[in-house]
Amino acid sequence: MDLKDLYRDVIVDHNRHPRNFGKLQPADVHADGHNPLCGDRLTMYANLKGEHITDVKFEGSGCAISVASASLLTEAVKGKTKSEVKELFDDVHALLTQHDAAVDPARLGKLAALSGVREFPARVKCASLCWHTLNAALERAAEPVTTE
Amino acid sequence: MNAAVTATRSATALDVAAIRRDFPILHQTVNGKPLVYLDNAASSQRPKSVIEAISRYYEHDHANVHRGVHTLSQRATDAYEGARETIRRFINARDTKEIVFVRGTTEAVNLVAQSFLRPGFEPGDEILISALEHHANIVPWQLLREQVGAVLKVIPINEQGVVDFDEFQKLIGPRTKLLALAHVSNALGTIVPVEKFIKVAKQHGVPVLLDGAQAIPHTAVDVQALGCDFYCFSSHKMLGPTGMGVLYGKRELLEAMPPWQGGGDMILSVSFEKTTFNQLPWKFEAGTPHIAGAIGLATAIDYLEKIGMDRIAAYENELLEYATERLSALPGLRIVGTAPDKAAVVSFTLDGIHPHDIGTILDTEGVAIRTGHHCAMPVMDFFKIPATARASMSFYNTREEIDRLVTALEHTRQVLG
Ligand SMILES: Cc1ncc(COP(=O)(O)O)c(C=O)c1O
Repeated sequence: MDLKDLYRDVIVDHNRHPRNFGKLQPADVHADGHNPLCGDRLTMYANLKGEHITDVKFEGSGCAISVASASLLTEAVKGKTKSEVKELFDDVHALLTQHDAAVDPARLGKLAALSGVREFPARVKCASLCWHTLNAALERAAEPVTTE
Repeated sequence: MNAAVTATRSATALDVAAIRRDFPILHQTVNGKPLVYLDNAASSQRPKSVIEAISRYYEHDHANVHRGVHTLSQRATDAYEGARETIRRFINARDTKEIVFVRGTTEAVNLVAQSFLRPGFEPGDEILISALEHHANIVPWQLLREQVGAVLKVIPINEQGVVDFDEFQKLIGPRTKLLALAHVSNALGTIVPVEKFIKVAKQHGVPVLLDGAQAIPHTAVDVQALGCDFYCFSSHKMLGPTGMGVLYGKRELLEAMPPWQGGGDMILSVSFEKTTFNQLPWKFEAGTPHIAGAIGLATAIDYLEKIGMDRIAAYENELLEYATERLSALPGLRIVGTAPDKAAVVSFTLDGIHPHDIGTILDTEGVAIRTGHHCAMPVMDFFKIPATARASMSFYNTREEIDRLVTALEHTRQVLG
């Protein structure tokens, strides 16, 4: 287990200077994510145009891994379609959990910096919280709007 | 004068090197570094004598208890009931009937909630707890709220983590059915001066339950001197096996309580029309109990008593003072929980670094601490923090280990810049 593998420079940088941090107002969709084990709390916001994510931001507090992961996520998903985001999430999930993950590094871009997390199983949830939360927000968008 | 000082010193000082040799698990490397185990409030480690007592029991004496006329069953029963006597003596209960074996503190609190409070409870009756309780002393009462409309009242704490005695005196009243207090807080280390709370509760005729999970490994507990009605603790935090714990209850109260689980061992006779329940304490011990657990716990108590609870408390207090001094000197480190009277627990945060990252980085340095909310989320909410890092010491820890903790924290700062 090499610590430098987990806390790569990209991760440390995105933790200290998270990108797209703050509230998106107004936001088409948003969802709260909570990891009760460590107390991480994130809110993911997104604006959509048809299937495309036109803007995404996040706020909250958490460990370096969860903050950096959320920051990297916002950079990665902007401009992508919902189904592209889903594929990307599958790739990230494979990267976080499987040693022999057959994911194309080119597709992952900077997200590849998260590969060290798989050596620290206790931290996988930290890195995936933002993805689950974004998913929830996007799925909510697919739900019929209630008219109460 | 000097000689006298030296003499008293050596009478109280612990031979920690010798003690450490009794704990096999401490002698290993973790991530290439010698293990520093500072997560004792979550669970302590076991001395060889406890591990061996359990193996010996399974190798030589095991059979079911209270059933057979054969030799092994007799031996198992003697050892199991002998353990009860050891525990009675350890906490100075009047009678072994007052010692009920359970799975742990959590089960003990639930038993009291369901069997002592629930019958005869009127909607609107109140249970009084403090703001520093472990979830085990919150959630069982919330279940009662769902079941019978109990009202949960919470005595506030101050910035130091001290339970507010004045507020307590205002909150206790004619509808208070129970005062349920932590004796020592697991998240902050606060030692609650329970004696004065009990005195006031008695004036109001309110029974008192103490959650002793964190107190009993570190101080001598005398339930009669305390005058509490119930005292709950877990074996695994006091060198004993997991899955084992004790509910002490005053005999008159236990006698009047209905059983809380039904089955074998808790009955005298069963027909389909009528069942006669067994006497105390077996009335509350349905099914085959954790026999090896009781034996292991009694052996752990023998070990603690051999060292002496007073010497343990004195030494752990030295460790606490040293850790507090060294940690406070680290830039950006804030100790959470600064009560004047504390057990050897130091909860802290580091500016700009999440406790979870601290935990991971310390682990790569071989240092085991707990990070998170410590099953006391209301305490975290009070201090407006999501989590803390917590180092909790036992008498087998050393100053050198605290130095290792400090060095590892400095390293954490470097890694996360
Ligand atoms: C103060 C306190 N109460 C109750 C408990 C619950 O003990 P157990 O999990 O052994 O039932 C703990 C354990 O963490 C504790 O520290």
